[in-house]
Amino acid sequence: MTLSKRARRFFSRARFCFLNCGVLLVCLLPSGCARHEPPADITIINAAEPESLDPAIITGQPELRAVQGLFEGLTRLDPKTARPIPGLAERWEISPDGLVYTFHLRTNLVWSTGKPITADDLVYSWIRALNPATASDYAGQLFYLKNAGDFNAGKIRDPALVGVRAMDKCTVRAELNHPTAFFLDLCAFPTLYVVPRQTIEKYGDRWLMVRPLPSSGPYELAAWRLNDKIRLKKNHRYWDATNTQSEIIDLLPVGSPITSLNLYENGQADIVWDKDLVPVELLDVLLKRPDFHTFNYLGTYFIRLNVTHKPFDDPRVRRALALAIDKNRIVKKITKAGEQPASHLVPDGTANYTSPAGLDYNQELARKLLAEAGYPGGKGFPRFNYIFNAAAGGAAKMHENVAIELQQMWRDTLGIEMELRQMEWKVYLGAQSHLDYDSSRSSWIGDYNDPQTFLGMFTSDDGNNRTGWKNKNYDALIREANEQPDLSARAKIFQSAETLLVHDEAPIIPLFFYVGINYFDTNKIQGIYPNILDSHPLQSIRKIKPQK
Amino acid sequence: MYFLKRLAFAVPLLLVISALAFVLVRLAPGGPFDRDRAPASPEIENNLKTKYHLDEPVWKQYGRYLGDLAHGDFGVSLKYRNHNVNDIIAQGLPVSMSLGVLAFGFAMAGGLTVGFITAARRGRWADYTGSFLAMLVVCVPGFVLAPLLILIFAVKLQWLPVALWDSPWHMILPVIALGLYFAGKVARLTREGMLNAMQSEFVTAARAKGLAENKLLFKHAFRIAVLPVVSYSGPMLADLLTGSFIVENIFQIPGIGVFLVNSSLNRDYTVVVGLALLYAVLLVGLNLVVDFAYTLLDPRVKYE
Repeated sequence: MTLSKRARRFFSRARFCFLNCGVLLVCLLPSGCARHEPPADITIINAAEPESLDPAIITGQPELRAVQGLFEGLTRLDPKTARPIPGLAERWEISPDGLVYTFHLRTNLVWSTGKPITADDLVYSWIRALNPATASDYAGQLFYLKNAGDFNAGKIRDPALVGVRAMDKCTVRAELNHPTAFFLDLCAFPTLYVVPRQTIEKYGDRWLMVRPLPSSGPYELAAWRLNDKIRLKKNHRYWDATNTQSEIIDLLPVGSPITSLNLYENGQADIVWDKDLVPVELLDVLLKRPDFHTFNYLGTYFIRLNVTHKPFDDPRVRRALALAIDKNRIVKKITKAGEQPASHLVPDGTANYTSPAGLDYNQELARKLLAEAGYPGGKGFPRFNYIFNAAAGGAAKMHENVAIELQQMWRDTLGIEMELRQMEWKVYLGAQSHLDYDSSRSSWIGDYNDPQTFLGMFTSDDGNNRTGWKNKNYDALIREANEQPDLSARAKIFQSAETLLVHDEAPIIPLFFYVGINYFDTNKIQGIYPNILDSHPLQSIRKIKPQK
Repeated sequence: MYFLKRLAFAVPLLLVISALAFVLVRLAPGGPFDRDRAPASPEIENNLKTKYHLDEPVWKQYGRYLGDLAHGDFGVSLKYRNHNVNDIIAQGLPVSMSLGVLAFGFAMAGGLTVGFITAARRGRWADYTGSFLAMLVVCVPGFVLAPLLILIFAVKLQWLPVALWDSPWHMILPVIALGLYFAGKVARLTREGMLNAMQSEFVTAARAKGLAENKLLFKHAFRIAVLPVVSYSGPMLADLLTGSFIVENIFQIPGIGVFLVNSSLNRDYTVVVGLALLYAVLLVGLNLVVDFAYTLLDPRVKYE
């Protein structure tokens, strides 16, 4: 029999088999993939897939919201006010100079696997976050400890020299470089959470894949599937387990605003808690509904000016640009979620502080300053660029619209021409950090509730400065403020610094303060409170059972 | 023998592909650890680079990569640092593959049927409708089709879920959204092939010998007509199996297609190279299968 004959016979059979297999496959395959999991008590749409669930490694909001369910620090954040309250530590003493904190751990602390949590675990966790081998992005959150920066940089090898020590099984002593007004806030930040030493030492970077994973927080990790879901189940050994409201919580990583809204409207999700998950096109309609909640948020949208490029080296030019912007128009016409226009950098409502006034909308003064700088009516002013990033979801359009609005305002008021440049995210970041731009869209979300997280970044050597602006007075003021233990004196010094930044020198132009938006039905979901950090501890969220 | 040779040739090809992907993704501006907030000290960034060997020269990095690859290790994702590329593929590929196989089945069943009918009823009402529909679905891109399907069947009619990947019901809309384009392509290819085959000499001869029209269409013309479909189905299957960014994104499906795009935006070097290799392996493998299928279908084709 020749090959072709055999093939022909094969083909006629194959045709029959193929059809049958096809039918079978279509019937079987979906049922094989279907999962048999009990439904969650609460399903939350949590924006992007978390990059990691390792407290020492994470940096973003979606990660933070998941990790705060799994691990805990010495303090935790109050669900209503987002101020630090006792967590794993039940109480603490602070030395009068504000340099030494003595924490007393609760005596009934155990991991979800049953082993006790001790002071040694805490010291291990902090040293681990600082260890260069861990490569933690946010190791800086621990640099307030004595010698911590040098240990992280590899200049000191002995971890015993770092300012954290276990005095006994339940006592931890932390020694700081300066009195740090927000140190208790930092203790509630993931980088400072307590993580399971034995598991990490045994499994290395893959420790989060271990089941059961020892957790120190109110929830255990039941499942983590990339781009699918994170399932948390109640940790019954958590010290405050009696107050954990829900047994099973699912966190869905959904990045698309439309998909989020669809899932929510069809009842497949109970809570959507990210501003970027609200479809911008529908903002007007949605914000009128009672299940859409907006609140002030610890974030500022601003413009960076590159002071190393002419003519932005002249403070008069920078101030003229700031004075020519009608910020009210931007929040009313473009952002539309109830944002407040900003004339200063630190958002209103930040703890320990009230900002001084910055530059308000004043076209006359703007023209005058530009003329003084040598460009009357914009004559001779070089064409300059404004860079902004191509963001995901609705933010992309917003950045572009803000840019167009600025272009128009500056042209109309000052007679100067600006060119818009939209860039891919990483390219944009590169242009910003290499000072390869004239003016740039910028924003900053506070890491902790204190003016330092905003004002600190414009000191001369800070990696986030990215304007080329270096001012010795400013650096000195920030240093002085951070050495000042008295809070009101500290606030005054910060105010002088901020005046220098947003009024006198203006290397940056604040545009507006962000608002947060969550959506959930208050008749079904309770335990989520608006606060400036958009922090909503999972253990206090509960679903109200429908009444029959 | 021929196929063994082809397999042997695939190895250097994959090496070249991996090297190109490895170098090209590193040439793109920015790196995996660039964020909107700079770390508190430059040492932190150095620690990151040291940990993932990005401080070494590229040739050394590539050597290290090949060494790990020899042990079946694609390396650790630089964005999802707790997962390695093997995890990502192991979690995402089965999902994308189920979706892809279903969409492939849908495209073949729908496309061949429509193609066959339109050719057999050439110049009549059925032909015009079928050809128009086939043309239409080829022209409507996925990012239009998927939201339309959701709007009609999930939001308005509420027959099917809007998104996620849980039960067979969840699969229907994504399968249609993914498969419809290919169904249109297959229909057009089949129609074209049928019409060509019907004009060929052996069909005329068969007809002259008095063969029944039905038998002629099915037994003779169709077999030749599907050849272009078969050769198209290789790359099509590879395309479908590796997932679709748009469909997976819109329906929130935990497949591999989302990673294919996002990994390069994130400069997640290891994932980019790993997925490029995966795609290459699938493409080479499926093309081989297609060539083999040719020998079965067409007696004129022989490989020495």
